Amino acid sequence: MHGRLKVKTTEKQAEAKRVEREQKLKLYREATEAIFQKRQEGHLDESVLELTSQILGANPDFATMWNCRREVLMHLETQKSPEEFATLVAAELGFLESCLRVNPKSYGTWHHRCWLLGRLPEPNWTRELELCAKFLEADERNFHCWDYRRFVAQKAAVPPAEELAFTDSLITRNFSNYSSWHYRSCLLPKLQPLPDSQPPGRLPEDILLRELELVQNAFFTDPNDQSAWFYHRWLLGRADPKDAIRCLLVSRNEACLTVCFSRPIIVSPGIETLMLFVDKSPLPVEWRTPDGRNRPNYVWLCDLPTDFFNGQSPQHSFSLMWGEVQKECVLYKGLKESWCQDSATDEQLFRMELSMEKSTVLQSELESCKELQDLEPDNKWCLLTIILLMRALDPLVYEKDTLKYFQALKVADPMRASYLDDLRSKFLMENYILKMEYADVRVLDLSYKDLTLLCHLDQLLLVTHLNLSHNLLRSLPPALAMLRCLEVLQADGNAIESVEGVVNLPRLQELSLCDNRLQHPLALQTLASCPKLSLLSLECNPLCQLEAAPEELRAMLPGVDRILT
Amino acid sequence: MADKLPSEFDVIVIGTGLPESIIAAACSRSGQSVLHVDSRSYYGGNWAGFNFSGLLSWIKEYQEESDVGEEWAAWQELILETEEAIVLRKKDQTVQHVEVICYVRQDSDDPIEKAGAVQKNPVSVMSPGLNDPLDTVDTSCSDTSELPAPHNEPETALEVLEVEVTLEKENQHGYTSCSQSALERDIAEHVPIMEDVANAPKKHWITYSQIVKEGRKFNIDLTSKLLYSRGLLIDLLIKSNVSRYAEFKNVTRILGYQEGNVLQVPCSRADVFNSKKLTMVEKRMLMKFLTFCLDYEQHPDEYKAYEQSTFSEYLKTQKLTPNLRHFVLHSIAMTSETSSNTLDGLRETRNFLQCLGRYGNTPFLFPLYGQGEMPQCFCRMCAVFGGTYCLNHAVQCLVVDKESGKCKAIIDHFGQRISAKYFVVEDSYLSEKTCSNVTYRQISRAVLITDGSILNADSDQHISILTVPPVEPGSAAVRVIELCSSTMTCMKGTYLVHLTCMSLKKTAREDLELVVQKLFTPYAEVELENGEQEKPSLLWALYFNMRDSSGINRDSYNNLPSNMYVCSGPDCFLGNEHAVKQAKTFFQHILPNEEFCPPLPNPEDIVFDGDGVQPEVLVPKPDTAKEVTGQRNPEEHAQE
Repeated sequence: MHGRLKVKTTEKQAEAKRVEREQKLKLYREATEAIFQKRQEGHLDESVLELTSQILGANPDFATMWNCRREVLMHLETQKSPEEFATLVAAELGFLESCLRVNPKSYGTWHHRCWLLGRLPEPNWTRELELCAKFLEADERNFHCWDYRRFVAQKAAVPPAEELAFTDSLITRNFSNYSSWHYRSCLLPKLQPLPDSQPPGRLPEDILLRELELVQNAFFTDPNDQSAWFYHRWLLGRADPKDAIRCLLVSRNEACLTVCFSRPIIVSPGIETLMLFVDKSPLPVEWRTPDGRNRPNYVWLCDLPTDFFNGQSPQHSFSLMWGEVQKECVLYKGLKESWCQDSATDEQLFRMELSMEKSTVLQSELESCKELQDLEPDNKWCLLTIILLMRALDPLVYEKDTLKYFQALKVADPMRASYLDDLRSKFLMENYILKMEYADVRVLDLSYKDLTLLCHLDQLLLVTHLNLSHNLLRSLPPALAMLRCLEVLQADGNAIESVEGVVNLPRLQELSLCDNRLQHPLALQTLASCPKLSLLSLECNPLCQLEAAPEELRAMLPGVDRILT
Repeated sequence: MADKLPSEFDVIVIGTGLPESIIAAACSRSGQSVLHVDSRSYYGGNWAGFNFSGLLSWIKEYQEESDVGEEWAAWQELILETEEAIVLRKKDQTVQHVEVICYVRQDSDDPIEKAGAVQKNPVSVMSPGLNDPLDTVDTSCSDTSELPAPHNEPETALEVLEVEVTLEKENQHGYTSCSQSALERDIAEHVPIMEDVANAPKKHWITYSQIVKEGRKFNIDLTSKLLYSRGLLIDLLIKSNVSRYAEFKNVTRILGYQEGNVLQVPCSRADVFNSKKLTMVEKRMLMKFLTFCLDYEQHPDEYKAYEQSTFSEYLKTQKLTPNLRHFVLHSIAMTSETSSNTLDGLRETRNFLQCLGRYGNTPFLFPLYGQGEMPQCFCRMCAVFGGTYCLNHAVQCLVVDKESGKCKAIIDHFGQRISAKYFVVEDSYLSEKTCSNVTYRQISRAVLITDGSILNADSDQHISILTVPPVEPGSAAVRVIELCSSTMTCMKGTYLVHLTCMSLKKTAREDLELVVQKLFTPYAEVELENGEQEKPSLLWALYFNMRDSSGINRDSYNNLPSNMYVCSGPDCFLGNEHAVKQAKTFFQHILPNEEFCPPLPNPEDIVFDGDGVQPEVLVPKPDTAKEVTGQRNPEEHAQE
């Protein structure tokens, strides 16, 4: 037809494309080879920059090429005059930008830029901030660029308030932005220096309130967007507590000193060192964990010299130093043991540090979340946040409500049922630990609680009687070895298959494991390390079906007086 | 156009409105030879846009009872005995009730004469020869302070649409900005002196002469529409690569009118998140409802029971507060409170929401330099593919073969007979004889130039759309589109406001004046006590009625030959869907086996004929295109 545009057929197009690609591949291979050759021969000159730029222009993820460029640049820095080198650097910055335009999410490119800027005598940080702003405008969730921005902001010492305003602007555009929220969580604590008494990482109240309102806007707008809920969780969370020695326990009978720390540590020269002073003079001791494993642990213990308590002195003082932290404990004459412990209730271990004002705000947060939950009964994030708010406010007062919400949450989010069971177990244990401490007793009854998990066992160092019967436990975990004072342990009616945590418990006398899933006597091997164990109940376990079981058990545990099978 | 036109084409298109232009472009793109004529001196017909002086001439044309011109009957000799003629209309009658009201000072513009008269007027302090420096100074200030906004927005549009400024635009732009910066420099030197002497209110008075003087900054559309960002026109622009001839800006605000107040309507997720006016629960309810609307068809139980009731009744069942119901009904669905049913409302809401976020925070785009650019972009496409263009080219009649009943040719005002296979004619060209059985609706329009935005905000460069619900029983909902100067449709310091509604009363002014009064106050050069004025002032207003020829059945026209297609003028709706649909339908009748406006081939894939016989036009060449658009404005052309 007249005037008609004639175009190549698809076959012709495909053929042309094939030829073109082949050509490209050939060039790519040749350039790569040439670079490797030059590098091997040590020819680190501008030609390598040119060749690598061809490769990286097409494929910025070829990390070796970036390394090559770094070598060349470092070499040229020694060869060229400062002016010449400055020109090279400017060209390199331009080249990096062109690579970023091709692929704004290339690790190699951003890293190379970091490296280059870090080496410059007078880097232009303002320009870098603008570059970041541009790339984040194109894609506000480009975490590579966010990462680079944090690097730049730190180097350029940009005031946190300015960076915060920047995150504001991006959140305003699209609040579904994990990086932006995260950056806020880094910036906010730097905004105002807090009094030293506060643990680092906490926010002044006015800022916290403002953030809570902002994030509430987000989750009312779109309750299914996770990023805001995550940030909310961070806001409600506690800062890592300051290092502390929670408990110091001296036992005369076992000639043993047990320490519980505020976080799991490894006591070892060069990592964490402990200094023990007994009656004011240093005593070198060997530290070990209750379960014998050399892993980070809350609880560490040491044997005291056996002849130590036979001396004349009516009492002994023990003082332990861990870095700048110190704790003391005195064992008076006639006492079998003595301890010094920080109480979980005083420390508000399981809730936020609340002022009156903050707690009113959290209260209203809770009200609005409940309102949201009425509108969105199946929203899992909302339900979870209600639970977290209740715990932040008062774990004991809201215990019943919390359990109710857990039920609803499990229905709304069946995929995470097991996770929720574990979380519920954790919260319940926290509550019972609090109740125990209020009652000031060393007995803890956790029976019939549907527990799936044991946690905070470091808080139970002093417990003598523990009832875990009729829960959903599958094992007695290694952390149980921290219960150094435990005398009676009941764990009937669970689904326990392993008891590896019942190990080296110096005072354990009675252990009841009826109606569990212990398959074989070998599963109970660790019990041999408990010297005082005299009663072991194993009725209604699969191993009872084995004919040889009683005999094997007696052979394995000769110290146990009665083994009921 | 001294040369005679070829005497034969495949398709002749009469009228350069949007549907005609799209058909012309589509036919040309598919290899048809196209003659596209318009009896007017400008492109676009009732879709056109004018600068201020252009608009004044347009007004003059419709206000004057100009003579129809003497009948030139010689063409009748060209009609054979076996043929008959369909005579076309000489004078356009689609526009009526044109009224102009000027609120600003219209007297002589020499500032020296004014000096004694109005002491307060800071113009008086000006040195002679610079009769509008205050205004210019003001704009130069806002130029720097507002730099980020106008800079960023076109960029985003650019990215998505790959739009380019047309060559003509670049020239024009280059010319104006160059001359302006020179002017600004000049004036900047005067600023300090002036401020010292005047110690004056910052307010500066705009005069009519300023508007006239800066008249070329205006691009005033006869038809006020926006592009739905997922609408048919955008799809067509992108698919056909016509988008390269235009630039767009995202409409920045959706406004609502409630109890006498103009409010911003939160409609996107970001808006809802940022809104300070909504309570938390309102945020949730609104988002919930909008999310539901996005796929309402998947949840028929939610609305089945209300299919027979009105949308506003249905909204009442949706736990939405009265505020939110108002927003959804008037500003998002933009439907009528009384007449639209639930399904219409849901469909419109969905349409709105689907368009959100494609290019920005609202569902609409506005073409820089005005909606009048749209037909021209398609004309240009047509020309690039070899279409022939003649403005000022009246057609006397269409020639119909009596036996076949088909149209054979046209006879133009030179008496040339040009034959073709297909004829596309815009409705306004048809004579009363052809249209005697057609009943037309009317559109009421107002164009206002104002000195401030109907809703002040952080930036003064907003493009806003506002739907004002019927202000009294028996009146219509009025669509208000407010354009800022960065849309290249009005001079700095002013806003161009378009009002559109279905005509219910006798004249456009009767239909619209009440709304105008609610939103604006007449301009007065009086400094108000206590500073801020509540409403922006009206500087100048134009009212007119335009015929709505959309939705007319082909059979309503008398004796239409089967190879003749009648395109409608602009309709009353916000989008351009009707024009695109109509163009596509007609194209598919003409060329049933051809794709409608396919994308341009990759230049590398174009095969040039080996024997040196080049097809007429192969690839779009800027210079060819320039020839075409160059005709548009002879004045501009001369200045280049």
